[in-house]
Amino acid sequence: MDWQGQKQAELWMQILLLVFAAVALATGYIIGSFRMMMLIYAGGVVFTTLVTVPNWPFFNRHPLKWLDPSEAEKHPKPQKAVVSKDKKKSSKKVTAAG
Amino acid sequence: MHTFGYRANALLTYALTILALMCTIASFSDNFNFPSPSAEIQVLNFNWFQKQPHGNDEVSLTMNITADLQSLFTWNTKQLFIFVAAEYETPQNSVNQVSLWDAIIPAKEHAKFWFQTANKYRFVDQGSNLRGKEFNLTLHWHVMPKTGKMLADKLVMSGFRLPEEYR
Repeated sequence: MDWQGQKQAELWMQILLLVFAAVALATGYIIGSFRMMMLIYAGGVVFTTLVTVPNWPFFNRHPLKWLDPSEAEKHPKPQKAVVSKDKKKSSKKVTAAG
Repeated sequence: MHTFGYRANALLTYALTILALMCTIASFSDNFNFPSPSAEIQVLNFNWFQKQPHGNDEVSLTMNITADLQSLFTWNTKQLFIFVAAEYETPQNSVNQVSLWDAIIPAKEHAKFWFQTANKYRFVDQGSNLRGKEFNLTLHWHVMPKTGKMLADKLVMSGFRLPEEYR
């Protein structure tokens, strides 16, 4: 999932669970069955899990744009010039003393 | 919300918190129920009335218990525990309560009933004060919810009197 997808997944999870809880509570109270409320809510939790937890493609609509490999080769990373620095230092010392 | 496990954990925690909230609301909804129970107990017969070797009086009686406790049931009620207690006063104790009979009512349909029964538990006094004693028979009920607080209440029926002499 990309960043945008993660945010959406979290939002959907919260909304879906709350909606299912409200529906379950209302239905259970109206028909007078505690069992029905629990069943509706359990079904809702399973449904929400299936929608928000796995890595569905619709959560990847805004993928991160990684740098293209061919573009990366044109700008090589700077090398750590350890050896050349030492040489420069020694040469400077020589000139200062002399 | 990075990995599968992270999202699954977040979902589970949130779902359980909401479940706790739902149960609280369900329990609170019981406050909107105004019950109107009714009951009547008749003593059909005092089977025997003796003084035990230890010096305590004991009575055996047969009762007719009629009640309509259907209005106590709500959608959040698991069962109703009821018991009949005999209450009386002696010089020794200001209140004596002896449980004579109890039952569990699992559903609303069974809450309107008629029982004819001898006392399930022994009616024994602390001492021998029962001759000619006036007593109340009280029907207590405990409403046990599926979730939430248990409610206990009672109905007092007075006017009962034990025989004057042992038999």
